[in-house]
Amino acid sequence: MDMKRDYYEDVQFFTSGAITFWLSTLVIGLTLFPFVAKNYYVYVANYMAINVIVVIGLNLLVGYTGQISMGHAGFFAIGAYGTVALMTHAHFPFLLALPVAGLIAAGFGFLLGLPALRLEGPYLAIATLGFGITITQIIGKIKILGERQGLHAPELTIGPWHLNTDRDFYFLLIPITIFLAVLARNLVHTKVGRAFIAIRDADIAAETMGVNLTFYKTLAFAVSAFYAGVGGGLYAFVLRFIEPELFSLFMSVMFLTMAVVGGLGSMMGPIAGASLLALLDLQLRNILGIPYIGEWLEALSRNYFSITGVSNIQMIVFGSILIAIMLFEPLGIYGIWIRTKKYWKMWPY
Amino acid sequence: MIEFLQMVLSGIAVGSSYALMGLGMVLIYKASEVPNFVQGEMALLPVFIAYMLLSSYGLPYYIAFPVTLIFAFFLGGILEFAVLRRAKEPNVLGLIIITIGMEMLLLGFVSWKFGADQRAMPFPISSYDSIIIGDIFISTLDMLTLVVALFIMLILFLFFRFSKIGVAMKATQQNENAAALMGIKTNQIRMITWGISAAVGSVAGLLIAPVLMEPYMMWDPMLKGFAGAVVGGMTSLPGAVFGAYIVGVVEHLFGGYVSIEFKSVVAFVVIVLVLCFKPSGLFARHYVKKV
Repeated sequence: MDMKRDYYEDVQFFTSGAITFWLSTLVIGLTLFPFVAKNYYVYVANYMAINVIVVIGLNLLVGYTGQISMGHAGFFAIGAYGTVALMTHAHFPFLLALPVAGLIAAGFGFLLGLPALRLEGPYLAIATLGFGITITQIIGKIKILGERQGLHAPELTIGPWHLNTDRDFYFLLIPITIFLAVLARNLVHTKVGRAFIAIRDADIAAETMGVNLTFYKTLAFAVSAFYAGVGGGLYAFVLRFIEPELFSLFMSVMFLTMAVVGGLGSMMGPIAGASLLALLDLQLRNILGIPYIGEWLEALSRNYFSITGVSNIQMIVFGSILIAIMLFEPLGIYGIWIRTKKYWKMWPY
Repeated sequence: MIEFLQMVLSGIAVGSSYALMGLGMVLIYKASEVPNFVQGEMALLPVFIAYMLLSSYGLPYYIAFPVTLIFAFFLGGILEFAVLRRAKEPNVLGLIIITIGMEMLLLGFVSWKFGADQRAMPFPISSYDSIIIGDIFISTLDMLTLVVALFIMLILFLFFRFSKIGVAMKATQQNENAAALMGIKTNQIRMITWGISAAVGSVAGLLIAPVLMEPYMMWDPMLKGFAGAVVGGMTSLPGAVFGAYIVGVVEHLFGGYVSIEFKSVVAFVVIVLVLCFKPSGLFARHYVKKV
């Protein structure tokens, strides 16, 4: 179907007229969105974009390099605290503090990558999970990072431009997101990306072909951590207040969930998964406000369950989605898309 | 010295509940090759069932607890039969995700039903009583945990050594195809393994509940049990017990001598250190991939 005849066809960005059309529609839509949408929905879009950034990074590690990370909330926290602390204590401008915090996170990613070289499967899962939990505990004890009380994000100014509202921040966040997405997409098509894929498919074979496992595995962790760190730095300004409890194990699990639901090892999959699940996450937080279903659930909770625990329906929904995706469509949303596309291309056969 | 012994003893007592969770995880890891994140919730739901039986229906302990364990057994079996077995071409990550999904589902239901408020599990032994041996204090509940854990380990040992199902389980874990050819119903065996694992975990849950009872109560023991199992090597039952005791003791010694604040995370630092030197844990033979 999609046969690639030479290298340039493989690395080409706009592979067909249809893709050019849809991508430009997307960009125009994203530009016009804050002018037509309500304030709350701009906030929702910001929240989605943050998740997209982190999940793209996580997908480079999990989907392309085949490593498991259950500690991305740790990198996310490092990025968030790093950015805010650099801005308030070292008086860095935002556009410098953000990449520096990302690089700090990448440094931690490199460090975590070192033991990960020898680990796989459950051992890697528990090591990364332990890292995520430990980092937030340590951050919660450091004085200049606000300890348990958390930190307020400082006023955000870039040159003459004051970003006070969600709408202003949107115009900073969306270009960064698009830039990072394109960067990841291009990275996958370089020597580095192909080394990642080779390691995922067969690490021993890759090593015999001359892929330096030590270098590329730690690089994958570092790049992935950089994305999470940048996402965290931006997240601090979406929420405007960060505290250690935000960056829990549940958050790491949510990132992994988004990557898996979207479809590992593809570019559009994690973007779709992160956007959809982030949207669902925000919508389910006030589940009782949904018409009809909300009233029915409220009655159900009063009669058979407890009204204080009604927010936990969110967990039930996410759990069911995870199980359903893994049982019926292990490739996630991307797999569904591929199947649909194939069906219509071959139709009526 | 007394202080040291006191801490070691408390560490061993806490380690006992970790050991039970770790045993459950290792049992499942050997049967289905998945780190079982639903282990904690497979114990949580039965504990809340026990709470309902005791407080709402007023059943006596000697009926409620066995009913709970039987329920746990069936819960574990059903999860394996209805969910895990249905996975198409599973890889490690896929299976982990499925167990996380089941974990969220069960945790969601339990916290929807019972809300987030603290409850007190009625229990025959008060958690405030303690025994004094020489100069060392140990609470009666901790003592009971220790004894029950050792008793369950003994039963599991005898079960795997002498019972037909136990031997069949070991055979399935060693070589599934050969076991199936010998007439062992490997699917059934795997279901029973999950059931046993859930029951073992529920015992730990029932022993934790008198002190702490809320929907997130099993998180910490589950992670620590997992950590202990990884230290011990994930495929070795004695290793899991030993690893869990190490985690418990190190945690208490660290809390006593170095810093009480970082007590809960030291376990993870220990496992990262152990894994740096022994990537497959202390007791497992290092797995070498055949090319």
